[in-house]
Amino acid sequence: MDLKLSSVSHYYGETQVLRDITLDIPSGQIVCIVGPSGCGKSTLLRMLGGLERPTTGRVLQLGDAPENCLNPLTYIFQDFALLPWRTVRGNVGLVLEDHGLSKAERAAIIDDVLARTKLTDFADALPKQLSGGMKQRVAIARALAVNPAVMLMDEPLSALDSQTRELLMDDLVALWTRQPFTAVYVTHNLAEAVRLGHKIVVLSRRPGELREVVSLDMPLAERRHGDPVLEAQQQHLWSLMRDEAAAADAELING
Amino acid sequence: MADLTESTAREVTFRGGGFQPGHRRGVGLAVFVVLILLAEWGTRSGFISPLTLPRPSDVLLTFQELYQSRMLFKHLVPSVTRLAIGALIGASLGVGIGVLIGLFSLVRAGLVPLVAAIFPIPKIALLPLFVIWFGIDEASKYALIAFGTFTPTVVATYAAVDNVDRVLIRMGQSFGLGWWSIVSKIVVPGAMPGILSGLRISLTIAIILLVAAEMLGAEYGIGAYILQAGSLYDLERLFAGVVILSLLGVAVSAAVAAVERRVLNWRV
Repeated sequence: MDLKLSSVSHYYGETQVLRDITLDIPSGQIVCIVGPSGCGKSTLLRMLGGLERPTTGRVLQLGDAPENCLNPLTYIFQDFALLPWRTVRGNVGLVLEDHGLSKAERAAIIDDVLARTKLTDFADALPKQLSGGMKQRVAIARALAVNPAVMLMDEPLSALDSQTRELLMDDLVALWTRQPFTAVYVTHNLAEAVRLGHKIVVLSRRPGELREVVSLDMPLAERRHGDPVLEAQQQHLWSLMRDEAAAADAELING
Repeated sequence: MADLTESTAREVTFRGGGFQPGHRRGVGLAVFVVLILLAEWGTRSGFISPLTLPRPSDVLLTFQELYQSRMLFKHLVPSVTRLAIGALIGASLGVGIGVLIGLFSLVRAGLVPLVAAIFPIPKIALLPLFVIWFGIDEASKYALIAFGTFTPTVVATYAAVDNVDRVLIRMGQSFGLGWWSIVSKIVVPGAMPGILSGLRISLTIAIILLVAAEMLGAEYGIGAYILQAGSLYDLERLFAGVVILSLLGVAVSAAVAAVERRVLNWRV
C-alpha cells in the first residue's frame, strides 16, 4: 500500500503552515521528513494518519492494506504514549482488544512482537520501571502488533539520550532488514535521517514547502555512524536547512 | 591566585535538605496520646474544671458501658448503613456525571453552572425539603448524604478527566480503539488518582451530614446519640459519640488509602 499527498496546503486560522506539498510514500521504504521547527512536519504526519484534515488538497491511499493488517496507519509517538497502569504486555495487548481476536491469538501476537523487540523478559514490568529507550521499544512492539501497512513516526527518538538513540536506530535497522516496512519518519535530527531514510524530504520554514527530496541508495544495514558518504549527505542537508532554521528560530511564535 | 592547600579547604555547605515528606510511623498516634494524657492530668489535678472538659477515663468508661449494654451496635449499625448507602449513591452519581461532564461539551455547558450553584448550599438547610420529598424515614437521610457527597465528587471527577493525558487519548484513537474502550481503558483509569482524592473529601462530608440527618427523626444512630447527650449536657456521652465519629473518619480515610495502594500502584 502506497500513500500519496496531492498538493496539500493547510492553514491554522490565518496562518499558512503547509503550501502545496505533493509527495509519494512508496511501500517498503522509509521516508524521512526534516525541516526547521514549526514547518508543519508533525501536521503532515497527522494528516497522513487521518488525525487531521488538510485545508486543501488530498491525502490518498493507493491500493489496499495487506489482509492481516489490523491498523494500516500506525503511529509511534515522541513521548511513547504508554498507559502507565498497564504492564508491557497489557500495553501491547490494548491495541489488539477491539479486533475480535481470541485470547490465544492475542497472546501469540504479543509474544511474537515482544520477542522481536527483545522485551520478553520485561513482559510484566510497569512503564515506571522502564528506561526511556525501553519504553520506546514497547511502543515499537505495540505498533508492530497491529501489523501496520505504514508506520508514522513522530520524532520517536527525540526524547532519548544519544547513546540510547544509537541503540534504537540499530534496532530499527535490524527490524527493517528482517522484514521491510513502510514508514514516514519525522525528525529534526539529520543524523537519524541519513541513517534511516531511503528518501529524505526537506521542508522549508513556515509555510512548509517541499525544498528538495534526497534519495539515498546505500542499504540501511551498511550505514554506520560516521560514514563519509552519509556525513557528506548530512552536510548537504544542513546547508539546505541552515538559513531557514536560523530564520525560523528568530521568528516570533504566532507572529 | 589564593593559596590552594588543604588548610584553606572548607566543606561546601549542604543546603539541599527538607521538602521531602517521608513516612514517620507512630507519630500520629503519639500526638493523640499526649493530648489525651494532658486532658486526663488537667481534669484530675483540677486545672481543667469538669464542666469544661470531661475526664478521658470517664469517657472511656461511658464507652465501655455503651459497648457492654450492646447499645453501641444498635447506634452504629444504622449509622454505618446510612453512610454506606447515601455515600454510595452520591459518589457513583457524582463519578458518572463528572465523567460525562469531562467528555461532552454540551453536558459541561449545561451542568457545570448548576453544580456551581448547588455546591455552596448548606445541605442541612434543605433537610425539611428532603423530609417533604422523601418522607421522615431512611430515604430522606440517604438523600441528604447522597446530595452532599455528590457535588464534591462531580467537581473532583471532571477536573480529573480534564487532566488525563491527551496524548494517551490520541494514541487510542490512532490505533482505532472504540469510544467505549477509550473511555473505560484510558480516560477512567487516568482520572482515578483525582477521583480517589475527591472521594476522601466527599466521604468526610458524608460523615458530617450523617450526624445532621440523624438529628432529625432518628431513634438510633450516632447522631441521635450525640444529640440526646448534648441536650442533657452529658459531656461524657457527647464525647464518646464524637470519638466514634472520629474513628469512623479515620476508618474511611484508611479504606481510601488501601484502595489507592491497590488501584494506583502504577504511580511513580
